[in-house]
Amino acid sequence: MIYYLKYDTLTICKQLVNKLFQKNGLSYSLINLNEVDINRSLSEETLSTLRSQLNEYGVEIISSQKSILVQKIKEAIIELVNQEDKLILSKTSQHLSKKLNQSYRFLSGVFSEVTYSTIENYIILQKIEKAKELISTGEFTFAEVSWKLNYSSAAHFSMQFKNTTGLTPTQFKKIIIRRRVNAIENAAH
Amino acid sequence: MSNEETIRILLADDDKEDRADFLEAFDGLKIKTTIETVKDGIELVNYLQSPSAVIPDLLFLDLNMPKKSGLDCLIEIKQMQFLNDLTVVIYSTSSSEKDIEDTFLNGANIYLKKPSDLAVLRKTLLHVLTVNWQYNTSGLNRDNYMLQL
Repeated sequence: MIYYLKYDTLTICKQLVNKLFQKNGLSYSLINLNEVDINRSLSEETLSTLRSQLNEYGVEIISSQKSILVQKIKEAIIELVNQEDKLILSKTSQHLSKKLNQSYRFLSGVFSEVTYSTIENYIILQKIEKAKELISTGEFTFAEVSWKLNYSSAAHFSMQFKNTTGLTPTQFKKIIIRRRVNAIENAAH
Repeated sequence: MSNEETIRILLADDDKEDRADFLEAFDGLKIKTTIETVKDGIELVNYLQSPSAVIPDLLFLDLNMPKKSGLDCLIEIKQMQFLNDLTVVIYSTSSSEKDIEDTFLNGANIYLKKPSDLAVLRKTLLHVLTVNWQYNTSGLNRDNYMLQL
């Protein structure tokens, strides 16, 4: 019997940080999911140990100012894409600028420098990733997916999906379904 | 991509000229890469399984190879847990729908049809590296990592 797992990443991350910091005897407070205030400065050795422990779980301690800003831009975009209300992307530049308290031009510049790509591309990437998740659940039609992600039409959504992944939503869905069928068949043997 | 990191690439291709073109395409790119090549499926699997192996970030896998086909290699590779995070790029002259679908079904992440033009190849490879880096740094779901170029 196949069960579908939904992950509450917020809880997972908080628990992980809690366990690891406790293990290292560190007292801390979470400013938000991405910023942690430790009540003392860490020695090189402790920082190094903590860094490698976190790395095992795919968590990175980021130090360069520009990288930190890029990470914040990405978080803000992911938040926008994942919000339950219909996504209003025409206001993204304003939203980012306001949230991060920098001009959009400055944010764009830093983002491009660090990632070799653009904010606009990243937004499209995240939207298409979200579309893939929605398609994978099997609960939504392509029209519903395109509506949720604020595309002007299902056709426009399909076009962007194909431009980004090289596959149409239909092809993608077919592969996901066939993979699951194969997995079930293999498990039965 | 971080300026300090070197991306490790492994190419499995039986065609000597294709291997040379591939290496030449990377020559012009501003991103740091190290490239290893193997010339057939058995050499590939041995390479990945050797105790001293440094697992690459990306594997470019030709479908039509003697001794062991690219598809057979893909199936075998996808059963090895320690290679779960290896991005597999199918690098092939074929554009058959069935080939493409079969490779995605069996866990390939990217399907790249070999371009005949070096400039196009260079541009495409850069795109592959960029996308792959985004997948690695943005916590995206690898199960949905599928790209056809």
